[in-house]
Amino acid sequence: MSALSWARRIGGGPLLRACVLVLALFVLVSLLAPWLAPQDPTFGDLGNTLVGPGAGHWLGTDKGGHDTFSALIEGTRTSLVGPLAVVLFSTLLGIAVGLFSAWRGGWIDTVLGRVLDILFAFPALLLAILAVALFGKGLTAPVLAMAVAYTPYTARLVRGLAAQEKVRPYIAAYQVQGHSSVFVALRRLLPTIMPTVLAQSTVNFGYALLDLAALSFLGLGVQPPTPDWGAMINQGQAAVLEGQPLSAIVPAVAVVLVVVAFNVVGEHLGDRLAGRES
Amino acid sequence: MTSVMTAALRRLLGMAATLLVTSFLVFSSLYLAPGDPAAFLVRGRSPSPDELAAIRQQYGFNDPFPVRYWHWLDGVLHGDFGRSYLFHQSVGEVLWSRLPATLLLVGVSTLMIAVVGIGAGIVGALRRGTRTGSAVLLLVTVGAAVPSFVAAIVLRSVLGVKLGWFPTIGNGTGVLDRLHHVVLPAIALSVTFMALVTRVTRSAMLDELRREHVEVALSRGLPRGTVIRRHVLRNALGPITTVCGLLVSGMLVSTAIVETAFGMSGVGSLLVQCVDELDFQVVQAIVLLVVAAFVVVNTAVDLVYPLIDPRVRAAGGAR
Repeated sequence: MSALSWARRIGGGPLLRACVLVLALFVLVSLLAPWLAPQDPTFGDLGNTLVGPGAGHWLGTDKGGHDTFSALIEGTRTSLVGPLAVVLFSTLLGIAVGLFSAWRGGWIDTVLGRVLDILFAFPALLLAILAVALFGKGLTAPVLAMAVAYTPYTARLVRGLAAQEKVRPYIAAYQVQGHSSVFVALRRLLPTIMPTVLAQSTVNFGYALLDLAALSFLGLGVQPPTPDWGAMINQGQAAVLEGQPLSAIVPAVAVVLVVVAFNVVGEHLGDRLAGRES
Repeated sequence: MTSVMTAALRRLLGMAATLLVTSFLVFSSLYLAPGDPAAFLVRGRSPSPDELAAIRQQYGFNDPFPVRYWHWLDGVLHGDFGRSYLFHQSVGEVLWSRLPATLLLVGVSTLMIAVVGIGAGIVGALRRGTRTGSAVLLLVTVGAAVPSFVAAIVLRSVLGVKLGWFPTIGNGTGVLDRLHHVVLPAIALSVTFMALVTRVTRSAMLDELRREHVEVALSRGLPRGTVIRRHVLRNALGPITTVCGLLVSGMLVSTAIVETAFGMSGVGSLLVQCVDELDFQVVQAIVLLVVAAFVVVNTAVDLVYPLIDPRVRAAGGAR
């Protein structure tokens, strides 16, 4: 109900509203997952493998007899928590680096710019794979590695915006009044650029979800029996060749839906902010 | 002219510095692993005395850290990446045997991305506001969100299993069979990048179309096709090339996904296999190569930029 009124307030076309609703739905599902899942997704019913959709199993079962619908619902949690952590860490880190760089300027700005340039050469998924090679499979090491890999995008954005904002009269006015640099930078400058940063973070969320799903698909991320969309697609692959693609298609559709929704919402926020500024 | 040369020289020096720093980071990553690095490299297997000697030679664990890095870098520059415990071969040999398949995959995908991406971008810009234009935009939004592993599932299931037009697994043998095998993986690898290139082409074309010189050219009676080709597309090529350069690293990493999904034997699937089976020396070599390829390609893009867009040259090579 509140999601619907929120969607109305955002405005925009039906595509945008649909995307906001999709996101609200998946967040709700991830919060209520244990109560919504009709069956235990880790239970493999070997008497009912690769069953089609029906009353017992709404979206059928996979090769190991796991209920696809329940796994989809429980998998929402791991699939959304990973990217959430990546975006939180990388946004905080990016704001810190970007603000510091723009505020100090001079050689610090130059050096940090170089460091960010070098980080850009390491794609997030590659850094995540390297982290798995060093620390073992799972979610923690890849999430931390990807947080580092996504930081330059936010840091570069924050640096650019903050450098523009820093020379405005109101900043000088606060400084003349004797407010500390930390206060002016964090409490006065940051809030003015925060909406644009959040728009970028929204788009980053979608990409981080793709990268983490890819990692689980490769068998290097979330490990079965923990339900995860990427891992489900991986498990469903063998059945694809037997002409039973459903258990792989269902989580694949979920991934694409959520990522499209994040991209559309993020870009809309970005466009709206750009429109307001010009 | 000399300013262009100085700028080019500075770019090349910058590239060398970046490569040095990235290689140091990749080398040092080994020391982030918990425990003794030598034990980490051989964990889970019983290496032969020869292999143990080779690892000491490669990493020189008794030397001071800078000396160790220098030895390692010296080896890498001579094509010596150490030994693979999984294959009992030198890492260089293992990589070399897997490289052709990956190069074919990347080459075919690049061709598809360039032709379809730029083509669709041009159509999207010229047919803006029409049904075709909206269709291009919708395809871009969806395409950018379809990861290669999802594309792989759909392609294998429909074109492979249902219709039986293409093989769904393996590399194939012989030229034609290899090409036949690489079609679906190449499409799976291209989808996201096609969408990105389409979007950039479209917006770069639209930016140019709005500008005055286009209006002037048209009002002077130049044929529309000529104006689009020589005044609009030509000017839009700069940003398109830059974005294509930035996509290289993502594409190389995605070969890991696509090759694994299609059961192909290439460098990408090798990376996944070696992470899975604890062969760190191979992983380290592949990470280094991907990062180096990204740095080199993007420097090359910067270097050819003044050739594509002479306005940059007139501005003294500064960008």
